[in-house]
Amino acid sequence: MAGKTLYDKLWDAHLVQQRADGSSLLYIDRHILHEVTSPQAFEGLRLADRKPWRLDTNIATPDHNISTDREERAAGVDAIPDETSRIQVKTLDENCESFGIREFKMNEMGQGIVHVMGPELGASLPGMTVVCGDSHTATHGAFACLAHGIGTSEVEHVLATQCLVTKKMKNLLIQVDGELGTGVTAKDVILAIIGEIGTAGGNGYAIEFAGQVFRDMSIEGRMTVCNMAIEAGARVGMVAVDNKTIAYFKGRRFAPTGEMWDRAVSYWQTLQSDPDAVFDKTVVISGSDIVPQVSWGTSPEMVVPVTGSIPRIEDETDPVKRQAIERALKYMGLQGGSPVTSIPVDRVFIGSCTNSRIEDLRAAAAIAEGRKVASTVKQVLVVPGSQMVKAQAELEGLDQIFIEAGMEWREPGCSMCLAMNADKLGAGEHCASTSNRNFEGRQGNGGRTHLLSPAMAAAAAIAGHITDVRSLNQRNMA
Amino acid sequence: MKVFTVHKGLVAPMDRANVDTDMIIPKQFLKSIKRTGFGPNLFDELRYLDEGQPGQGGRERPLNPDFPLNWPRYQGASILLARENFGCGSSREHAPWALEDYGFRVIIAPSYADIFFNNCFKNGLLPIVLNENIVNDLFSEAEQNPGYQLTVDLPRQRLIKSDGEELSFEIDPFYKQCLLEGLDEIGLTLKEADAIRAYEAQQEIRCPWLFHAIK
Ligand code: SF4
Repeated sequence: MAGKTLYDKLWDAHLVQQRADGSSLLYIDRHILHEVTSPQAFEGLRLADRKPWRLDTNIATPDHNISTDREERAAGVDAIPDETSRIQVKTLDENCESFGIREFKMNEMGQGIVHVMGPELGASLPGMTVVCGDSHTATHGAFACLAHGIGTSEVEHVLATQCLVTKKMKNLLIQVDGELGTGVTAKDVILAIIGEIGTAGGNGYAIEFAGQVFRDMSIEGRMTVCNMAIEAGARVGMVAVDNKTIAYFKGRRFAPTGEMWDRAVSYWQTLQSDPDAVFDKTVVISGSDIVPQVSWGTSPEMVVPVTGSIPRIEDETDPVKRQAIERALKYMGLQGGSPVTSIPVDRVFIGSCTNSRIEDLRAAAAIAEGRKVASTVKQVLVVPGSQMVKAQAELEGLDQIFIEAGMEWREPGCSMCLAMNADKLGAGEHCASTSNRNFEGRQGNGGRTHLLSPAMAAAAAIAGHITDVRSLNQRNMA
Repeated sequence: MKVFTVHKGLVAPMDRANVDTDMIIPKQFLKSIKRTGFGPNLFDELRYLDEGQPGQGGRERPLNPDFPLNWPRYQGASILLARENFGCGSSREHAPWALEDYGFRVIIAPSYADIFFNNCFKNGLLPIVLNENIVNDLFSEAEQNPGYQLTVDLPRQRLIKSDGEELSFEIDPFYKQCLLEGLDEIGLTLKEADAIRAYEAQQEIRCPWLFHAIK
């Protein structure tokens, strides 16, 4: 019999029941809730007079719609100016209180974007099944969790039963061998992968990222990669456990301790695909060929190397793709054939669950240090992913570097990643953004998003246009 | 959940690949804490010329005359014809809620994003997958024939055209059952409570740290 993939192992370890109709009941170890996709689920429980199955596996925090402005945040929940946002955040508070779920409140240490706070608190741990009503839950796969996004009906289902009715996915191996060049980051790797396999390339699959590039990558970097598995169509993205994984969790707030830690570690060490495991599909990419990436269009697969140019309609033969390119060029206000570095930048956003961890902020600060934001750039937002990231960055003086460069240092939240709060683009504005989606209107009605790494975003802020971070003074290169 | 058996309705085309959930229901409307009322803001940015705000209905707003769903011939449509990878992007169930609230019961496309596809079945919305060539044909037929209707027969897994021609489609048996009976999935799972408890007892021996409470 062939060996098992990491996904097979995690699946088998959580399978409660295989049903005759082909669906399966999968046990969920950790459920993370936030203000936007939970209210209807709690209401559903109440209407059916049901209780949560296991309260202590749930953890909640507000992140999606809260303000990142220091004064507004300091004023507290009751002072949130937008009424619908206020109701939503208060509803989360009330629901957590009445059901008895541990919530890290808006201004409490521990609060943050669900996919930043979960791992840093050790609330999500290797080998767990983790779900959250947010499609970027795959982030937690960076340390061998079987983690994926669910809809609100499933949030209610998990609350009520601690299980998910689901079907097993297929296995996709994405292997990136070799070493990354200077100035090339985890974000560039995942953008290059999406450019290669397309936004539907992972539909129906659980992806395992393997190869030297991921072994060399930090846990934060692996989170950036797994975070965007969904942009390649896959609900799940994972990296096997290694020593870095174990070191990352040592001493985290909800991580086991003492003898329990040792037992956990010996289990975690088994969380790799067997050497003879069979994958349904394999994609191999050479890491040394990857250069910093920038998205030019309105889908994450519309990405090019920073050294490249914007595609021309004439060069595409497939009629559906031609139509998509034409529409994207029009929406983005770009000319096919011109170099990506000619794209001017109106605003810059450094943040989101893709790139708002301490390592991301350090990379951006290394570029910003001793430099000034270009006068043509209207705003640069630096939004830490959590209260803990914020505190750490301030300890290291990164906030001062950003402020001296002319950037704004904000409070933790999703912010301009999805622009549910006041942080948004105006129509027609170009934004160099470290987030994960460049859909039409994602960062504000009519806004134009260019996805890139934190270092590239900082470089764009300084230059006033998209620029190759490798062309900046070498002293600051990671 | 609404029961789905046989449905006959007007077909409207959405001729665009990779329609994402931000396009289906933009984020400003996700602040609602209800499940209903998203219909007027379905495809908001494509449908209206101004920027929609939460709580705003559609009546007073300027319609985009180039958007097919605004054309008189597609008023009352309940079957949406779409292109590949429909519903990609976020996990927001507000997307199927908006489609359903608008009046759609069926979507036909060559492929869907996984989470969206799954979310549809929880809301009495049937997403049918058909081969790309067939979808192409349906697009031309719908565009050429005003008032173009289809009948969807879920028990027999058939699409029936007005001239009687039938096309068959595949559907997962579990999902089919859920739609046919409007099943309460939570209720079903709770029938297996003993199996869940047995699993927990076993797992607590194997991996006890998973049962440490979040406090
Ligand atoms: S940062 Fe963006 S992608 Fe991440 S959870 Fe928040 S809204 Fe979703």
